[in-house]
Amino acid sequence: MLRLEARQEPSRAMSWGSPLLALCLTTIAGMAIFMWLGKDPVKALQMFFWEPVRNVYGWSELGIKATPLILIALGLAVCFRSNFWNIGAEGQFIVGGLAAGWVAMQAGPDTGRWIVLAVLLAGLAGGMLWASLTAFLRDRFHASEILVSLMLVYVADQLLAYLVYGPWKDPAGFNFPQTITFLESTRIPKLFSGLRVNIGVVVAALSVALFWLLLFRLRTGFALQVGGLAPEAARYAGFSSKRALWIAFLISGGMAGLAGAFEVAGPLGQLTPYVPAGYGFAAIIVAFVGRLHPVGIVLSGILMSMIYIGGELAQSRMGLPKSITGVFQGLLLFSLLACDTFVLYRLRWQQKPKAQPKGQRPADQASALGDSK
Amino acid sequence: MNWDSLAMLLAATLSGGTLLALAGLGLLINERAGVVNLGAEGMMLVAAVCGFAVAVHTGSEWLAIVAGLLTGALMAGVFGLLTIWLNTNQYAAGLALSLFGVGFSAFIGLPYSQAKLTERPSYDFFADIPVWGPVWGHQHPLVFLTIAATAGLVWFLYRSRAGLILRAVGESPESAHALGYPVRKIRLAAVMCGGALCGLAGVYVSVIYTGLWVEGMVAGKGWIALALTTFASWRPVRLLLGAYLFGGVTMLQFQLQGAGVQIPSQFLSMLPYVATIVVLVLISRNAVFIRANMPASLGKPFRPE
Repeated sequence: MLRLEARQEPSRAMSWGSPLLALCLTTIAGMAIFMWLGKDPVKALQMFFWEPVRNVYGWSELGIKATPLILIALGLAVCFRSNFWNIGAEGQFIVGGLAAGWVAMQAGPDTGRWIVLAVLLAGLAGGMLWASLTAFLRDRFHASEILVSLMLVYVADQLLAYLVYGPWKDPAGFNFPQTITFLESTRIPKLFSGLRVNIGVVVAALSVALFWLLLFRLRTGFALQVGGLAPEAARYAGFSSKRALWIAFLISGGMAGLAGAFEVAGPLGQLTPYVPAGYGFAAIIVAFVGRLHPVGIVLSGILMSMIYIGGELAQSRMGLPKSITGVFQGLLLFSLLACDTFVLYRLRWQQKPKAQPKGQRPADQASALGDSK
Repeated sequence: MNWDSLAMLLAATLSGGTLLALAGLGLLINERAGVVNLGAEGMMLVAAVCGFAVAVHTGSEWLAIVAGLLTGALMAGVFGLLTIWLNTNQYAAGLALSLFGVGFSAFIGLPYSQAKLTERPSYDFFADIPVWGPVWGHQHPLVFLTIAATAGLVWFLYRSRAGLILRAVGESPESAHALGYPVRKIRLAAVMCGGALCGLAGVYVSVIYTGLWVEGMVAGKGWIALALTTFASWRPVRLLLGAYLFGGVTMLQFQLQGAGVQIPSQFLSMLPYVATIVVLVLISRNAVFIRANMPASLGKPFRPE
C-alpha cells in the first residue's frame, strides 16, 4: 500500500513544484466544472489563460488587477512569515481607500499633481491605522488577531457604506450611493495613453525588491522570521515579539491601504459600496501560492489576476456566473495545501506488515525501524 | 418597551442565538479535541445553499437538515484529512475552506437566489399559555433541541468515558496515544461532528430562519461562532448563554431601527461585529484564565512517531 514517509529534509524542488502541481489540479477541476455545466472546456481555458495575455490591452488589465494583489500579498507574506495571522487585509484595503478618497475629495481646481502623493500616503496611513487596532488589541489584551482583524472587515465595510450613503454622497449624483468623481489631478498617473495601467505597477515592482531586501538582507526581517519559526530562539536572541507584532501588522496594513489608494484613485476614480472586490482575501491565496516569497508572489499575483479576468470574460462571453472566480481561488489554495504535503513527505510503496504482535503500535514504528536498517 | 415587544425581542433572540449556538457547539467539540477549524463560515454557507436546494426540491425541512449535516461533515472531513493526516497548517486549511465556501456557495446557489420557500411548517408548543407562549410557543423544534444538545454535551464531556478520551486527545495527544487511543481517528470524528453542526447552523440560516438563499447570507456568523468558543472558555453552557447574548445584540439592532432611533443603520449593523471584538478583548485580557481553560494542544499538529 502507499504510505507517507517523512523526508530527511524539506524538498526544495517540491516547494516550488507544489504550486505548479496545484495549478494543474485546479485547471483539471475547472475543466470538469465547465464540462458539467455543458460548456466547451477548451474555450473556457482560453478565457483564463490566453485572452488575458493576448494583446497589450490584456496585459494592461492584468497589471491593474495584479497591482493590489501583489502589494497586499507582499505585506501579508511578512505577517505570515512572522506567524501572525492578519486575515483582515480586506478591511485595511477599504479604510486605506477611504482615507485616500477623502484626500482626493479635498482637491480644488488648481491643486497640483503633488496631491497624488498625498492620496497614496493617506491610503498607507489608513491601512496602518486599521491594522494597528488589531495589533493593539492583540498586544494589550491578547485578543486573537485572526478574529479581530476579520471582524474589522465587516466594520470597515459598514463604515464605507455609511460614508457613501451619507455624508460623502455626491449631491449631484441622483441619490446614488457614491462620492463625486475625483478630479483628474488626483488620479494615479497612467503609464501609457489609451491603457488603464498606471504607475501602481511600477510601485508594486519596486515593493517586490524592497520586500526581498527586508526579508532576506535586513536584520528586522530576519528577527521577524525567527520569531515566526522558533519563538523561543527569538526570545533567547532578544528579539521582542511585541515589536514583531507591530511591525508585521503595520507593514501588512500599510500595504493593503496603499493598494486601496491605488484602486480608489486609479481605475475606480470614486468611492462606491463596490470598492471591496475581495482583493484582501484573494491576496492571502496569492501569498501562500507565491511561497511567501516576493518573486513567487509576483507570479502568483499575475496568475490570480488571470483568474479574475478570466472569470469576468467567462461571465460576459459564456454566460457563466462570475462567482466561478471564487471557486477557482478556493480550489487553488486547497490543492496547494494538499500538494505541500509532499514538501515534507514522500509517497512510498510498501507491503503491509503481516503479523502484528498484540499490544504493539502498528505501521509507523515498524516502518521507521525497517528504514534505518 | 412593553411586554409584547419584549417578548418579540426574546423570541427573536432565542431564534438568532440558536443558530450561533449550533455552530459554536460544533466548533467547541473539535476544539476540545485540539483542532481549530477556521472554515466554519465556508461550511455554513455551502450547507445553507445545499440545504436550501433540498428544501426547494423536496419541500421537506428535515431532509434539508440532513443535507446540511452531511455537507458540513463532508467539508470538515476534507479539512480533517488535510490537517490531521497530512499535517497541513490548521489555520491555512481552515481559511482555505472558508474562502472556497464563499465562492462555491455563490456559484452553486445562483439558480436558487430567486427561490422562496412558500410552505414553511409552523410549530405550536403550548403557545396559548401566557408569558411562555409569546416567547417559546412558536419556536422551531431545533431551538429546544439545541438546549437539549447543550445538556447532552455537558454530560458527554464531563460524565462519559468517551468525553474524557476526547478531552485527553485535546489536552495531550501524546499521552492519549501512549494509552493506545487512535488520536487521529478521534480528532477526525470530532472535526466531522463540528462540521455537521456548522452545516446544521447553515441550514438553519437559509431554510428555517429566513426561507431564502442570498449570496454570503451567513455574514460572518461562522467567525462569531469561533469567537464564542473562546468567550465561553470552551464550556457548553457558557457557549449557549453567549450565543443568546449575541443573538440578542443582533436582534437589538433591528429593534432599534424599528423604534426609529436616530443612528445610521450602518452603525447598528456594525453592532454584532464590534460586540464580538469587545467580548474577545474582555475575555482574553486575562491570559492566565484563557490558558487555564484552553485545551492545551489546541491548534498543534500531532503525528504519532
